[in-house]
Amino acid sequence: MKDSKSHTAYWRKNLRYLAILLSIWFLVSYVFGIVLVDQLNTIRLGGFKLGFWFAQQGSIYVFIVLIFVYVRLMNKLDKEFNVNEE
Amino acid sequence: MTIQIWTYIIVGITFAIYIGIAIWSRAGSTKDFYVAGGGVSPLANGMATAADWMSAASFISMAGLISFMGYDGSVYLMGWTGGYVLLALLLAPYLRKFGKFTVPDFIGDRYYSNTARTVAVICALFVSFTYVAGQMRGVGVVFSRFLEVPINTGVVIGMAIVFFYAVLGGMKGITYTQVAQFCVLIFAFMVPAFFISIQMTDTILPQLGFGAKTSDGMYLLDKLDGLHKELGFAEYTSGQKSKLDVFFITAALMIGTAGLPHVIVRFFTVPKVKDARLSAGYALAFIAILYTTAPAISAFARTNLIETVSNKEYSSLPAWFGNWEKTGLIGFEDKNGDGKVQYVADPVTNELTIDRDIMVLANPEIARLPNWVIALVAAGGLAAALSTAAGLMLVISTSVSHDLLKKQFMPFMSDKKELMFARLSSLVAVTVAGYFGINPPGFVASVVALAFGLAAASFFPAIILGIFNKRMNKEGAIAGMITGLLITMYYIARFRLHWIGDETTATEADWWFGISPEGFGTVGMLVNFAVSLVISRLTPPPPEEVQEMVEEIRIPSGAGKAIEH
Repeated sequence: MKDSKSHTAYWRKNLRYLAILLSIWFLVSYVFGIVLVDQLNTIRLGGFKLGFWFAQQGSIYVFIVLIFVYVRLMNKLDKEFNVNEE
Repeated sequence: MTIQIWTYIIVGITFAIYIGIAIWSRAGSTKDFYVAGGGVSPLANGMATAADWMSAASFISMAGLISFMGYDGSVYLMGWTGGYVLLALLLAPYLRKFGKFTVPDFIGDRYYSNTARTVAVICALFVSFTYVAGQMRGVGVVFSRFLEVPINTGVVIGMAIVFFYAVLGGMKGITYTQVAQFCVLIFAFMVPAFFISIQMTDTILPQLGFGAKTSDGMYLLDKLDGLHKELGFAEYTSGQKSKLDVFFITAALMIGTAGLPHVIVRFFTVPKVKDARLSAGYALAFIAILYTTAPAISAFARTNLIETVSNKEYSSLPAWFGNWEKTGLIGFEDKNGDGKVQYVADPVTNELTIDRDIMVLANPEIARLPNWVIALVAAGGLAAALSTAAGLMLVISTSVSHDLLKKQFMPFMSDKKELMFARLSSLVAVTVAGYFGINPPGFVASVVALAFGLAAASFFPAIILGIFNKRMNKEGAIAGMITGLLITMYYIARFRLHWIGDETTATEADWWFGISPEGFGTVGMLVNFAVSLVISRLTPPPPEEVQEMVEEIRIPSGAGKAIEH
């Protein structure tokens, strides 16, 4: 029974990571790149309008970072709960 | 040396490499054929996924499309990259842990039902066939433009090459040729991009040159916005579509990406769960090289084009204009007879017609790059089209030999026999794809909307609920998939293809909530989720062993390589 209890805890923590990472995913693409694009376009990032930059560049960079952060978090979590492979 | 000789040399060398790899990595068992033996490294799988993903459309058409759409082109940039976050976080690790060969395998086992499996097979075949027709056409177009053979001959040559390594090598052959194809296509895309970025902004990286100043001291994007205003076009950096529509299209493309069987199946080929996560990260990083460069090329090419042709004497235009005029991709009609090119937004006085594909294909010539670079672009376009076509071909043949024949009709078939059927069905698949490439169905232009919309509305919710909702049962999942699929098909048939209902009542004003058919997959997905959840609560829970299986998928330990069964 101890096993399934720790599995539940592992799953909960996993879901929490997902909720945080996916919120950032939603924020940079849908909120910054689409919903608030006009407001952000009043701010400039060098030659870019900020909203436009998020839509065509920034969101993609953040996506990559999100996946690699997830990989690190999960590798740590797998070890912590002793469910990693080998 | 002429462009043509360069093209023959470079394309010839790349083809020899692909065929060499295919012979070296031919498949010996169904496990080799379906999941490359399950031993592909995450880095190699990342590259193969990237090549699989980036089609002729990404390579040839996307930058041009964005250069005509400006900000609205962002739907493709975010839509076709953001899906990988969903894949990495919500699908890939769990499906890898599940450890079978195909998406219908998962649907069939998780929902303990052959009906569910059949629905999934039909979706997989439908999505893959619509997609592959476009790829074969892309192969034909590249061949005909650069090697000056008829489009149909090009399609046949492309078919022969894909057939050779897909049939011989299966997933194993495809994976390693895709790694080579990724290198070719990304090199071919980046070299002209670097050159042009340096020419226009003195910055090597196009991603930075995009936001840098041009030689006259103005920021590139400000200058482009200014040029657009002068000619009566809408500002490049602002959108024309409604925000709601941009939102829904982006979501449909993202979710569709995460639901496409030829992408998902790639994550069955790595040895471990953590490799599946990592390899999704690599895949997106490799894809992002092209996807962050493309919008820069769009802006460079657009500025370049306007400055080169707008209000210039037709007789003084550079040689490339005449070259591409012959192909019909660019056209000039001197309406007011002043001998100058008037390129303006107003269709009545506009004298220039431009095909969007020209932006990538003619870019090296417009920027006066050496002949070998132009030949390289041809090889890159072919690599992009062939790698995607091969990946789709594999999904089609696997669906037939494994999901239909082995799982439904001939469960006791030997491995050797199944492998033979897998090869036979890829022969059939190549032939059908080639047929569509030569006789493209009228709805090819809507294929994107269709393939992504259907993937989003059918597979994605069924897989997500299968992993994250233990209570989800077969009644819920099947009802959800079917309603999601039907409503999306109906909407696209009604408002894009005009197959159903009165065409006069299918205008933009009639769209439901102002959502275009391209974005409707998102609605289909929401409907699927809602129907699945409601129906599943009204029907009995799934059997004990299925619930245990769900528990098991959620934990990485004990994955093992993709098991034979």
